[in-house]
Amino acid sequence: MRKLLNDPADLVKESLAGLAAAHGDLVRYDAAQQILVRADAPRAGKVALISGGGSGHEPLHGGFIGHGMLDAACPGEVFTSPVPEQMLAATKAVDGGAGVVHIVKNYTGDVMNFKMAAEDAADEGIAVESVLIDDDVAVQDSLYTAGRRGVGATVLAEKIAGAAAERGDDVAAVAGVARRVDERARSFGIALSSCTPPAAGKPIFDLPEGEMEVGIGIHGEPGRRRAPLGTLDEIAGLLVEAVTTDLKLESGTQVLPFVNGMGGTPQIELYALYGEVDRLLRAAGLEPVRRLVGSYITSLEMAGASLTLLALDDDLTALWDAPVHTPALRWGA
Amino acid sequence: MSSVTAVVPQTVVAWLSGLAEDVAAQADHLTQLDAAIGDGDHGINMNRGMSAVVATLGEQDDDVAPGRLLIVAGKTLVSTVGGASGPLWGSFFRGAGRALGDAPELEGPELAEALAAGVKAVQDLGAAVPGDKTMVDALLPAVEALREALAGGASLADAARSAADAAAEGARGTVPLQARKGRASYLGERSVGHEDPGAASTVLVMTALARAVG
Repeated sequence: MRKLLNDPADLVKESLAGLAAAHGDLVRYDAAQQILVRADAPRAGKVALISGGGSGHEPLHGGFIGHGMLDAACPGEVFTSPVPEQMLAATKAVDGGAGVVHIVKNYTGDVMNFKMAAEDAADEGIAVESVLIDDDVAVQDSLYTAGRRGVGATVLAEKIAGAAAERGDDVAAVAGVARRVDERARSFGIALSSCTPPAAGKPIFDLPEGEMEVGIGIHGEPGRRRAPLGTLDEIAGLLVEAVTTDLKLESGTQVLPFVNGMGGTPQIELYALYGEVDRLLRAAGLEPVRRLVGSYITSLEMAGASLTLLALDDDLTALWDAPVHTPALRWGA
Repeated sequence: MSSVTAVVPQTVVAWLSGLAEDVAAQADHLTQLDAAIGDGDHGINMNRGMSAVVATLGEQDDDVAPGRLLIVAGKTLVSTVGGASGPLWGSFFRGAGRALGDAPELEGPELAEALAAGVKAVQDLGAAVPGDKTMVDALLPAVEALREALAGGASLADAARSAADAAAEGARGTVPLQARKGRASYLGERSVGHEDPGAASTVLVMTALARAVG
């Protein structure tokens, strides 16, 4: 393991302190609670948006705090859900009286801890709406599983619901917009290498030369199956087919493809992948009118990529276009 | 043998500090089990939580009731572990502690009923049933074995050893199962052939209890 480290147990706190030092105009860090809060929080009358989950997915979530996106983030230990105390502290820190929306990725630990926090917040008289993100088509949704994972749609839901909160929507409407993004978005990912969680000190899985993991999540875990490593064009075809088959969109639908790097794949490969994805979507009769390309929801230094496809409507497009100013995403502001 | 017939505050402290030692010693093993079907940090997270529990118990007065100690331990796990293990193990100890209330001393059957309440709290939160390849596959048979042995007239020490054995058997039984709950369920058929890490930590919990009352 070669990482920039002091003690692995201190890395999350050191990283959060560093992020706040680098972006003090946007974010402040509460070290005692291990939460990141928007510098100008709480904003009276504005619905507050909170997300959180294990660390190791940067810039998710701390990188998305600021104007037009999140009001607070609760980063847990690496790949481990934060605890209810953090979420409650964040909820209280950003509540401006208009209610708080929790964006929760569908992982058992995140769901349980956010549920406990929402109950505690309700006891303190704060209106909390929880939105569950579950967009990963690699996992079959059924009564007998924990359901689909929440992955790339999280970034899109945070941006779009954040814009809705900024324009003054009430708490039910902001939660409703986030749920609409989740319903209209699907994701699928592949890995070309494992990552190495700092505390574990070694890769989670071995991937022989010439193979890839198909249907991965964002925790460095193996995917649903292993397959021979495809070319860029073959992988683009695999990703596009997986998400479009599940979404079943009508020809002419306006879409937002989000090509995401898992942390260890360079931009040169991601743009090459985007180019082929764009071509395949158009060939399938879909119309990419907005797009996002980059490493926004990662698994430490894992190599690989995921595709999230969001079916837009006029309101979602307008909210996507609305100004955003955060450490990791910025336009129009 | 200095077997105990009644559970007093010192029994709970001995149980949980013994568990903390076992978790520290087995942290790498738990983490390896988790690496196969999860993300490889179960031992690290449990070790962090149990170290915090030991520190918290050290701050309590000597006469705090067993039930209160278990509630404090449960809350500490929830607030330090995170992930799924924190809420689940936190609910187990908190649920058991609430069932005991403020009684300063209790007999084996009362402990068994309290642990059954803890199992119910775990199942209420995680919604796992036997066969899902989770901690429930070790925890449920362990607590059932404890109750049955005590009902049959066994000493608390013998009953607790039966419970530890049942937990170990339950944990081994998770190996051929396909996970239907938690992060391992996302691997589908690839989860088959590995012992569930939560079931493995259940064995440590029950073994430490057997030692504390043995």
